Order: sequence, then C-alpha cells, then structure tokens
Amino acid sequence: MSTTDTDNGRDQEELGAAGSQLSTAPREEPVSAGPGLGVLGWARWFWRQLTSMRVALLLLLLLSLAAIPGSLIPQTGADVNKVDAFRQAHKTLGPVYDKLGLFHVYSSVWFSAIYILLFVSLIGCIIPRTWQFVGQLRGRPPGAPKRLTRLPAHTTWRTTADPEQVREAALALLKKRRFRAHVAGDAVAAEKGYLREVGNLAFHIALIVLLVAFASGQLYKSDGTKLMVEGDGFSNALPMYDDFRSGSLFKPDDLVPFSFDLKDFRGTYEISGPNRGTPRTFEAKIAYSKGADGKEQRTTIKVNEPLKIGDSKVYLVSHGYAPVVTVRDGKGTVVYHDAVPLLPLDGNVTSNGVVKVMDGYRDPQGKKDQLGFQAFFVPTFDPKAGTMLSRFPALLNPLLAVNAYHGNLGVNSGQAQSVYQLDTTHMKAFKDAKGQLLKKLLQPGDTMQLPNGAGSITFDKQVKEWAGFEIVQEPGSGWALGGALAAIFGLAASLFIQRRRVWVRAVRGADGVTVVEMAGLGRSESAKVPEELGDLAGILYDQAPGAPDGPEAEPDGASDSDVPATEGVEN
Amino acid sequence: MTLAATELAVATNEHLASISNTLIYSSMAVYTLAFFAYIAEWLLGSRSKVGRTAAALTSAGAPKEAPAVTVKRGAGTAVLERPKVVVRSASGARDVPDGPGAHGGDAQGDMYGRIAISLTVLAFLVELGGVVARAASVERAPWGNMYEFNITFSTVAVGVYLGLLALKKNVRWMGLFLITTVLLDLGLAVTVLYTASDQLVPALHSYWLYIHVSTAIFCGAVFYVGAVATILYLFKDSYESKLQAGGKPGSFASSVLERLPASASLDKFAYRVNAAVFPLWTFTIIAGAIWAGDAWGRYWNWDPKETWSFITWVGYACYLHARATAGWKGRKAAYLAMIAFGCWLFNYYGVNIFVSGKHSYAGV
Ligand code: HEM
Repeated sequence: MSTTDTDNGRDQEELGAAGSQLSTAPREEPVSAGPGLGVLGWARWFWRQLTSMRVALLLLLLLSLAAIPGSLIPQTGADVNKVDAFRQAHKTLGPVYDKLGLFHVYSSVWFSAIYILLFVSLIGCIIPRTWQFVGQLRGRPPGAPKRLTRLPAHTTWRTTADPEQVREAALALLKKRRFRAHVAGDAVAAEKGYLREVGNLAFHIALIVLLVAFASGQLYKSDGTKLMVEGDGFSNALPMYDDFRSGSLFKPDDLVPFSFDLKDFRGTYEISGPNRGTPRTFEAKIAYSKGADGKEQRTTIKVNEPLKIGDSKVYLVSHGYAPVVTVRDGKGTVVYHDAVPLLPLDGNVTSNGVVKVMDGYRDPQGKKDQLGFQAFFVPTFDPKAGTMLSRFPALLNPLLAVNAYHGNLGVNSGQAQSVYQLDTTHMKAFKDAKGQLLKKLLQPGDTMQLPNGAGSITFDKQVKEWAGFEIVQEPGSGWALGGALAAIFGLAASLFIQRRRVWVRAVRGADGVTVVEMAGLGRSESAKVPEELGDLAGILYDQAPGAPDGPEAEPDGASDSDVPATEGVEN
Repeated sequence: MTLAATELAVATNEHLASISNTLIYSSMAVYTLAFFAYIAEWLLGSRSKVGRTAAALTSAGAPKEAPAVTVKRGAGTAVLERPKVVVRSASGARDVPDGPGAHGGDAQGDMYGRIAISLTVLAFLVELGGVVARAASVERAPWGNMYEFNITFSTVAVGVYLGLLALKKNVRWMGLFLITTVLLDLGLAVTVLYTASDQLVPALHSYWLYIHVSTAIFCGAVFYVGAVATILYLFKDSYESKLQAGGKPGSFASSVLERLPASASLDKFAYRVNAAVFPLWTFTIIAGAIWAGDAWGRYWNWDPKETWSFITWVGYACYLHARATAGWKGRKAAYLAMIAFGCWLFNYYGVNIFVSGKHSYAGV
C-alpha cells in the first residue's frame, strides 16, 4: 500500500529529474497566481482553478454537505404525503423550502450545479493526466541522480566484479522483476508500478461512466404499479397500469412487450413466539410470455427476486385479500360476482375497500340504480379480543363487515375516482329496522339481506389473494454496475500499488575496485521500498560479491539516520 | 411442520437466545477486567519517565550526533552477507521516535498489559460465542436490529484489533481506548437497544444483504480503529508542536502522549487503515445498491441510509484527496477523516433513531 503524501518540494530540490513525474497529479498552483490579462487570461485562470486538486477537494466537500438536507427533510421523490404533511405543519418554512428546492434536493439547481462542476473538473483533470501518463509510458525512467545517498533508501558495497558486469546483472534482474529498466550512463534506471496510475485514471473515468449511466437511467426510466387478483392477467402497455411515472425522455414505445398471469399468491407467517405474525415468505406464482405472443413459461416472483425481461423488471411489492362476493337484486338475479381487492391497513392485514355495482341492477320498482358497499375485512377474527382488528395476517377466521348504499356512484362524473373509496354524496344509505345504518358481520357463506326486497350481498366461501406488482424499466443500470465495478478495481490498484524507482550505479573507484550503489524512491515513504531494495541488493550481491578491505565508508550528511530496513517505518 | 415440532424448535431457539444473553453479559464482565488491567498498565507505566519525544525535539536545534552510516560489507569473500539498506526519513517529518507503549517500559506495567490482552482475547471469544448463539437462535445472520448490530460490531472491532496485534502491527497502545468504547457499545446494546430475537421480514432475505451488512460492519470496525488513531494523532501532534515551540505541556498529557507512537506514525497508520477499507466501503455501497435494486425496484433511492453512506463515502474520498493536496496534509486531513467517521456514526445511530426511511423496518 502506498501513501499519497509526496513531498514535491523536497523531491524537486534534492533529486532533480529523478523524482519528477512519479505521479500524474496536477502540479499545485500557488494560490496567489492571479489571472493574466484579457478574457482568455481569465478563462485560462478559471479553467486551471477548476481543474486543480484544491477545487476538486472543495467541490467534493460541498457535494457531501449538499446531500445532507435531502436526508433530513421529506422528499417528493420518496414520499409525497410526508412532504404535504410537512407543508401543512410548517406554514412559514414550507414556502421557503419550496423556493430553495429543499423538497427535491437531488434534482435541485444547486445540487446539480455542484456535481456538474465536479464532473467538468474531473474531465478537465483526467484528460491532461492521461496525456501526461502516456508521455511517461513512451519515455524512459529518468537516469540516476548524482548522489544516490540522498535517496530515502540506499545501499552500497565494493565488489570484485567489473562495473559492466554489475550493470548487466542489474538490468537482467530488474527486467526479470518486471521493472522497466535501461542503462543510462554509469547506472541502470528502473521503474515499476505504473498500474497505480492506470487504476487511478480508470477510477476517475469510471465515476464519469457511473454518473452518465445514472443520469440516463433517470431520463429514460419508467415505473408503474399493477394490482392483480389471483387469476388476473397483465400485458405491458400504458393503459394496463394503475399508476405510472416516467422520466422526461421516456416514450410509450419503449415498454418491453410481455404479458403475465398471476396464478397463485402465497404468504407464510411466523405462527408462534414473540414475533408471531411476522412475514416469513411472500411469493407469487405466475405464467408469463415474452413479446406479443411468446411461449408461456412459469416462474415464481419473490420479494427480493424480481422477474427480469429485457430491460424490464417485475417486482412483488404488496399483497392483500380479495374476498369473493355475490350481489343479487330483489328477484335473486346475480348482478355482481367477483373478488374484491381490499387494501391492508395494518400488519395483520385488517383491510377495507368497496364493492361497486355499476350496472345491471334494478331496484324493486324496476328502476335502474347503482349499489355501493363499504367493506371491512379481517383475515383472523378473534371474538374474545374485543376489537374488530385482525389478530393474525393469514386466513384463519375471516370475517367481512359490510354496509350498503344506493344511488349515484359518481363513476361517470368525469373525475378520477378511487376504486377503494365510496363517494356517498349522491347516495343513500340502506337503514335497518331501527333506522340505523344497515350493517352486518359476515362469515364465509353468510348473506346480508337489503331491506324491502332490494336484494342481498353474500360473502362466498372463497377468499382470493391479490399481489401488487411494480414494473420498472431503468436503462443504463448495466452501465452503472460496470462503472461501479471498474471504480472498485481502479481504486484498489490506485491505493495498493506503489509506484517506485530503483537505480543501480556501478563505477570503478580510485583504487580500481568497483563500487556498487543502489537506491530506491517511492511516491511516499513506505517500508516496502527499502525492503524491496534490500531484496534486490541481496540477489545482486550474490552475483557481484563483496571485495575484501577497503577504505572506511565516509559518514554521510548529518541529518541521515541509520535505521535497518526491517525496523524502518512502521507499515 | 407439525405443531409439536414447531414448539420444540421455538423452545430450543429461546434457549439459545438466553445462552447468547448470558455469554454477552459474561463477555462484558471479562472486558471490564481487561479494562482494569489496561488501566493498571497505564498507571504503572507512568512511573517511568520516558520523555523521548521531548528529548528528540528539544535537542533539535543543536546539531545532532551524526550517526555513522554503517554499511556492512561482507568481511571477506567467504561471508555472503546482504548489504544493509540505509533509510532516510523524509525531511518534512519531525524526527521523533515512537513511544514505548502504555507500559512505558515498566516491567510490571508490561505484565498487566499482557494480562489485559489475554483477557481481551478471552472476552472476544465469549462475545463471539454470544453472537453465534444469537445467530443460531434466530436462524439467520445476527444483524436484524440494532442490538444485534451493536454486539456484532463490537466483536468485529475487537477482532480487527487482535488481528492487527497478531500481524505484529504496533497497535497495542490502542487497547484501553478500544475496550472503553466496546464497553460503552455493549452497555448501550443490552440496556437501550435490546430486542428479543426475531425473524426478518421477507425484504431482508437476500444474500446481497448478507454481503452488504457484513462488509458494512467490517468497514465500520476498521474505520473506527482508524478514527481512534486519528484522534490520538491530533493530540500527539499538538503535543509535539508545543514541545517544538518550547512550550511545556501538562504532566498528565506528557505522561500519556509520551508513550504513544510518534504523530507521524499515528498519521500513517490512520491513513493506511482508512485507505485499505475505502475500496471495501465502495463495494459495500454497491452491494447495498444491488440489493435495493432487487428489493425496491430502484438501485438508488436517496433513502436516508443510502444518502448517509454516500456522504460518508464522499467524506473519506475528501480525506484521500486532501492528502494529495498541498496545504491540506496533516491536521486538516485528519479533521476530514474525523468528519467522515462522524458521518459513519450518524448513519449507524442517528439515521436509525431520528430519521425514518426504508431501512428502519428492521426495528430499532
Ligand atoms: C467525482 C469526484 C471524485 C472522487 C469521488 C474522487 C476520489 C478519489 C479518490 C478516492 C482518490 C484516492 C485514490 C488514490 O489516492 O490514489 C483520488 C485520487 C486522485 N484524484 Fe480524485 N476524485 C474525484 C474527483 C477528482 C477531480 C475533479 C480531480 C482533478 C482535479 C481528481 C484528481 C485526483 C488525483 C490527481 C488523484 C491521485 C492523487 C495521487 O496521485 O496521489 N479527482 N480521487
């Protein structure tokens, strides 16, 4: 692993070219460097600022700050009801938040401005760094600095071998260790770890891929829901949806053609213990076919296992009960017979909804009329509990409570109407003998008679289940995943690979004995560089063994400390 | 399953859950003993006057005794000894030696330190047993709620510390700080956060969840170790600056900080730890996004938990960038690391408690 704390100043001063270009990080401009003259000068100055590390850092900081409000204030993208509740509760703050776009932070102007600037900066940074890196790859590692003893790790010995022999052996050794090496003057210069730069560039490029994929996903996505009772069918076209949202560039033709039928829904629950009633599994057995008329296939959709067809994914998101009811008119003719999906109100699937008989019904006088029933359903009724709420989510002791209205359902008034609510403004309640609202608790098979021969409603001995599906199409998620994976690998290469240089100088000393000097330089201080240098020196020493007797080595500069490699910098 | 079999299974599960509770309480007792042993190590260590930092820094003005560069040559051709590598420290860093550790070179202190580590190992094993029993009792991974998350988290944090010790890394000085927070974490878990063992709702059944949460816990534990090092770096760094400027730090500060590694070593350690888990943290977020894609239909929802993971990620990216930016190295970068860890903590506690989002349905 390497550290990023290169000390450019020191490297430049003491090493000359040897330490330069050991990375592709942009050179830091002094803060005071004001713009030159004219528009071009200003543009150049602005561009240089924008692509500097300092501004990249500030933009990153800003991005993380800007992401905070969206996690604390309700967001329209996540839950519109909460936003409305917040607006109701905070009369003064609400409009201010609206102005600032705080209810949709992640699509607000200021949030977009930050990340767009960041990505312009990123692109402006990557391009020159890539060129610089290509230049480094085409060039050769810089030659040995004059004084190898000035380098962070170095070693030297006197040998009986010839200088040429030593250089040849060093060249062969370094090449074998996959260094890029060449002989420059009296020394071998070698460099390794270019993958670090590749990784770093790949990481930053992957960030761009990720963002573009994310943005295009937002623009082209579509997302709709469909509630299906067991036995219902669905084909993927706009009119089939209960509810549909899409990105601004989405076209209805983009919907992947397929269809499916819900055959069976099954939920199982914890039957005992402290968490009695907690769901264990939800699964929907379906038959589907791809395209307009593909072959029928069967599969099961579970909560975490959507059905994937092309770019489209079908998720199981909700479920509930649909008791089957039969409504008869005064003559006993069946005017309605269907499963009525009801919406759950709590974890034990206490549910409510309505039965609407829109046509075919005639009142005892033979006049056309409409009927509406409000239904309240519990899958497990416990007479001892003293409450109408369900005690368990599965169908153990179902009970249906209904009341009844007649009149105008208002379905044709042109206004969109919820299928789960009864608009009673133009309806009259049926009354019981005491003049109270007529209502009755029905067990499967029970019937409630409407007064004066107006008909009846029967809770058939059948309760179907329904499943709610969300059908999502978000193109580009493959690219996003690819970008994310590339980012991880790039990052790992960039953080774990150390780019470093090694020089081996062999010259004949004044007394005719060859002196070998080796030195290593990493982008940062790390125990790995001296360790590797020690390794290389050990091998080379075997090929160029030490010469007996020589003058004492001269003490080096005063600030040098003598630390054996193994006890060196803590790693 | 017949009713009888179900009841039997429930009985064994409740039995296992109570074993788990016993083990967790026992581990707390052993951690407490370890805590006192660490205290003894620090107290006994204060008897010895170390003063290495002070010595190194106050003599900095005078020319240092020039250490001869001893380059070993094979004495004669018969001996094939490796040439010795000479390492120069960077000119920017202060030339301060690492402190000797909590025991301050005191033999008795050292013994208590070793006892403390042995107790920590024991407590770790007991706690691990508690976590495993809990997992067995609920028949799933032990992180369905914050109680389980806390006990798993502290186990992993201690595991990371012991792992680093086993790798012969210089981290022993961290023991007291770590065990103190582990005790706080466990105390919080058993008092405020305790939840009877339960099953997960179907949305939490996914192997991506297992990958996502286990890496999240591991990253948290490593970030935590990094944060401890960063805090101590900040203290030690101001201590060194004060000495260098000729100031006189208080005797308590001196006694504690003398024994810690040099600020440069602490800084480097913190960086290595944070940098090493950053790719894993990136992967954690991606695994979470894949899971979200499978469970909710969209891989990124700006749900508060996701948002704070992202903020934490950007925070650590800032830290890594800061270290490559002139004028931001050292203390400023360390502050960024602290902020990033603060974001992680908020994501872990704050979001679960104060903010409601899709993640909250696992129960506090
Ligand atoms: C989109 C936001 C960005 C993120 C999340 C990000 C993240 C990172 C991370 C995590 C590293 C550490 C890897 C390493 O140390 O090798 C890094 C390094 C680096 N980044 Fe960024 N970065 C972003 C934008 C930028 C921009 C706009 C620039 C150009 C000014 C830039 C230039 C660099 C450079 C030069 C390095 C390598 C530093 C070195 O070689 O020591 N980054 N970035």
